[in-house]
Amino acid sequence: MSFLQNSPHLLERAYSATSRALSPFRRWLKPGGRVERLFVGVEIVTKRPLFDCRMCGQCVLHSTGMTCPMTCPKNLRNGPCGGVRPDGRCEIIPDMPCVWVQSWERSQRMPVYGSDILTVLPPLNRQLSGTSAWINDLTGIAQKLPAGWSE
Amino acid sequence: MRSGSRLERVLRLGRFAVTAELNPPDSADPQSVYRRALVLAEVCDAINATDASGANVHMSSVGMCAVLTHAGYEPVMQVSCRDRNRIAIQGDLLGAAAMGVRNVLCLTGDGVQAGDQPEAKPVFDLDSISLLRTARILRDKGQFLSGRKLEAPPRLFLGAAENPFAPPHDFRPLRLGKKIEAGADFIQTQYCFDVPRLREFMARVRDLGLHERAFILIGVGPLRSAKAAEWMRAHVPGVVIPDEIIRRLKGAPAGRQWQEGKRVCIEIIQQVREIEGVSGVHVMAYRQEELVAEIIREAGLLRRRHLREKEPRGGM
Repeated sequence: MSFLQNSPHLLERAYSATSRALSPFRRWLKPGGRVERLFVGVEIVTKRPLFDCRMCGQCVLHSTGMTCPMTCPKNLRNGPCGGVRPDGRCEIIPDMPCVWVQSWERSQRMPVYGSDILTVLPPLNRQLSGTSAWINDLTGIAQKLPAGWSE
Repeated sequence: MRSGSRLERVLRLGRFAVTAELNPPDSADPQSVYRRALVLAEVCDAINATDASGANVHMSSVGMCAVLTHAGYEPVMQVSCRDRNRIAIQGDLLGAAAMGVRNVLCLTGDGVQAGDQPEAKPVFDLDSISLLRTARILRDKGQFLSGRKLEAPPRLFLGAAENPFAPPHDFRPLRLGKKIEAGADFIQTQYCFDVPRLREFMARVRDLGLHERAFILIGVGPLRSAKAAEWMRAHVPGVVIPDEIIRRLKGAPAGRQWQEGKRVCIEIIQQVREIEGVSGVHVMAYRQEELVAEIIREAGLLRRRHLREKEPRGGM
């Protein structure tokens, strides 16, 4: 699996291909039904082994170097904290490489979405935890920002 | 001026600003705060009230700021995302502003594992960048994150932290840009013991024009001994101390190492001051307020009152 993670350019292509393939079926993709249960199941068996996915329901992998920011012990979605050890490991779990050191390196090898790492991301919507990120993305639920946040 | 903050005024006037860190006491007596603040207030423009730094519980930053503003001091309230969710933090920002707090430093916070109560639940509902944006929404749009209107918005000078010394080094200046984009008006950095690394960082910051969009204060502080430096390097998240500095401390006789540490700190302040784009220093030393005051005096920072620029810097 680490081969795939270290090939972020392949993963970003897979992401945009899946997005394009699912897009025409948008009408049938609704939260809360059988379709969503199916999607959740598929996401668990694919994204968990690949990204150690935590099912936050708001996938931003293409903005974070195809590295899941929810695996950061502080759940940081906007970049590394100031505690990263000089050897690039995590302040909290010394055996673990810093998620954001990996994220940054991988984003540099992503020609399509690499620069998305510079976008300021809104806080997580905790209500979406455990739901399907694909359905939330394609129906626009994931893009719905807190009313005060939108410019 | 965005805030009525004295720190903001000093910075906009182009003076070299000095802030100092006040570690909250393990006490319910306001005198424990005043005793320490008195020493610092004479030598600096604003006093940072830390928010359970290193995840060790002390008097809360909001409580300490209440005590400080009551006596007319100028605090920088540190707010960390570790212990409170977005509901609590927005409420605290309003409460603090109502008590006269005009400066807020938005932090992610050290992990609970670093502190004396690692069994605690880490919150991290927001991160430092979404916290900055949230505070800016309160101030500039007069709204909560939910869009609900405020009767009176808080007037705040918003700060963020940066650590130029931690990896990924080439991402750090861009991440600083993200913080400024999210709302940071000023920056206070982690301890600087590696001036060449800071120079590289500041060169990138200048290339990106970030020093013109936010005031950058460099964190500095004295090392008590070679042993203390080694301990800090191993246990305090994000503190990078080059071997060269530790060798220099070891070179001094055992009882005199603290003096060498102080000298190193003063030298670093003087070097940092010469770097283009640096607007001030932030002096930190855990519970050694007298030493901090001595360093500020001996580094010649009390004579900093001359204007570097005549007009306040606009457009920020």
